[in-house]
Amino acid sequence: MIADFFEYEFLQNTLYTGLLIGLIGPLLGTFIVVRRLSLIADALSHVTLAGIAFGLFLEKKYMVTFITPFYAGMGFSVIGSVFVERLRRVYKAYQELAIPIILSGGVGLSVVFISLADGFNTDLYSYLFGSVSAVSRNDFFSILVIAIIVITVLLLFYKELFMLSFDEEHAVVSGIHAKRIHFLFIVLTALVIAASIRIVGVLLVSALMTLPVAASIRIAKGFKQSILFSVIFGEISVIIGLVAGYYFEIPPGGTIVLTSVLILIITILYKRLKLTRLKRKAIA
Amino acid sequence: MSNPIVEMKDVSYTYENKHALDHINFTIQKQAFIGLVGPNGGGKTTLIKLLLGINKLQSGSIHLFGEPIHKFKQWNKIGFVSQKANAFNRGFPATVQEVVSMGLTPKVGYLKFFTKAHKQKIEEAVEQVGMSEYLHENIGDLSGGQQQRVFIARALVSNPALLILDEPTVGVDAENVKKFYDLLHHLNEKQQITLLLVTHDIGTMTHHATDIVCLNKALHFHGNPTEFTRLSEHDLSHFYGHPLNVVTHNH
Ligand SMILES: Nc1ncnc2c1ncn2[C@@H]1O[C@H](COP(=O)(O)OP(=O)(O)OP(=O)(O)O)[C@@H](O)[C@H]1O
Ligand SMILES: [Mg+2]
Repeated sequence: MIADFFEYEFLQNTLYTGLLIGLIGPLLGTFIVVRRLSLIADALSHVTLAGIAFGLFLEKKYMVTFITPFYAGMGFSVIGSVFVERLRRVYKAYQELAIPIILSGGVGLSVVFISLADGFNTDLYSYLFGSVSAVSRNDFFSILVIAIIVITVLLLFYKELFMLSFDEEHAVVSGIHAKRIHFLFIVLTALVIAASIRIVGVLLVSALMTLPVAASIRIAKGFKQSILFSVIFGEISVIIGLVAGYYFEIPPGGTIVLTSVLILIITILYKRLKLTRLKRKAIA
Repeated sequence: MSNPIVEMKDVSYTYENKHALDHINFTIQKQAFIGLVGPNGGGKTTLIKLLLGINKLQSGSIHLFGEPIHKFKQWNKIGFVSQKANAFNRGFPATVQEVVSMGLTPKVGYLKFFTKAHKQKIEEAVEQVGMSEYLHENIGDLSGGQQQRVFIARALVSNPALLILDEPTVGVDAENVKKFYDLLHHLNEKQQITLLLVTHDIGTMTHHATDIVCLNKALHFHGNPTEFTRLSEHDLSHFYGHPLNVVTHNH
């Protein structure tokens, strides 16, 4: 069955795209987790859903094909990220308020577009939970471009983003342009979410960005190592999840996330084991 | 003496409903070691935040290294350890080396990477505060006093001319407080770093500082430690608003 992934073009597209999002999801996710923005990723994914619904609606009702659901989703996600920033600034002392506002706004818009289009069929289901067969060659190339952009920007601004994540006030005092860097970061987040949705689905996309990180920060020393472990865990989850999803005919979003949960449990147990062994040594 | 490093003229500051500083005139000369003391809420942190541009100047003027603060750009000349430095997220996965590297980030500049020489500087700064053996440990796994030293290394790594420390010895045990003052002494004497240190430990301060500054909304005293210890108890309790016992340690 793994051989199928090298034989059929649609599975190849899925596999390569999967490997890309297994890289950029946890890579950006490490920053998201340490900045305590995990839920913002969730909110943005629902805004992306609204964009996708909008794209599907245009396609179905007006035969518009140049704005594909993928691009519409990406557009909405980026616009949503700008709103998140605005709201976080308006509600300085209640920054988490941005999350329910954006999230419910996204769901509301989605519902409207879905009913305007008189509902969709299986397509929407695959957007919610991901699909092994939904990625076209074109999608793959768009996602490749996104991945290159994300990796380049993260490399170029790594040290500033790291500083900003650790202690925003200190970064500002040191003359880092916090607002601009943060804006760049949230737009990247929107792009990564849009890129990941075809495979893991709207409801589970934030899990791909946070679960591998949750596992990695239990055992890593330092930030770079956290990123490295997160990416390794992310890739393992994507590979196992895709193959299992294909084999059992389950949407890969489910299998990928369950694999990450499993990895998380293993790292927690591993840490426990190590601690008890250390304690025993200390007593002996 | 020529060109002071910091010059505050007639600076007042008010939070929304709280008057915090009142017509402060204050200069810091090169290579001074200033102990800034005063009661809780006396405005010490506010004064520092003004110097660092965190709080915007409302009235009066501030010059840093001869330049008016709104034109001042060389922020890497000023190292800062905040009162809240170790209020960071303890679960943050960053090694001592990574934390100290942040001190160089602004100096290295956008779109540039750390070089071997930078890494060398980072290791030297860590060594200077005696934390070399923890270089690759997570900062969250260290004790409060050790974390404090790492933050001092972060402030030192860019070779600042002025180092500002806001109550850095809170939560540090006696032996390490002594080591800490030895370190400051060394920085001040050997590396000609000007120091502004906020502390409640007046006794120790009088042994190390070149100047003591007493702040309680207004600036009540600025002079050398000998003058300060000669102040009568009456004067001191007037500054503090309550009686005060200065414990003078015998070193
Ligand atoms: N962000 C703020 N908003 C409103 N009022 C503030 C703020 N920060 C400080 N204040 C007020 O300004 C006054 C001076 O506070 P500041 O923090 O400068 O004192 P401090 O001398 O550093 O005290 P401590 O020794 O406790 O650190 C206090 O009365 C405080 O209530
Ligand atoms: Mg204070």
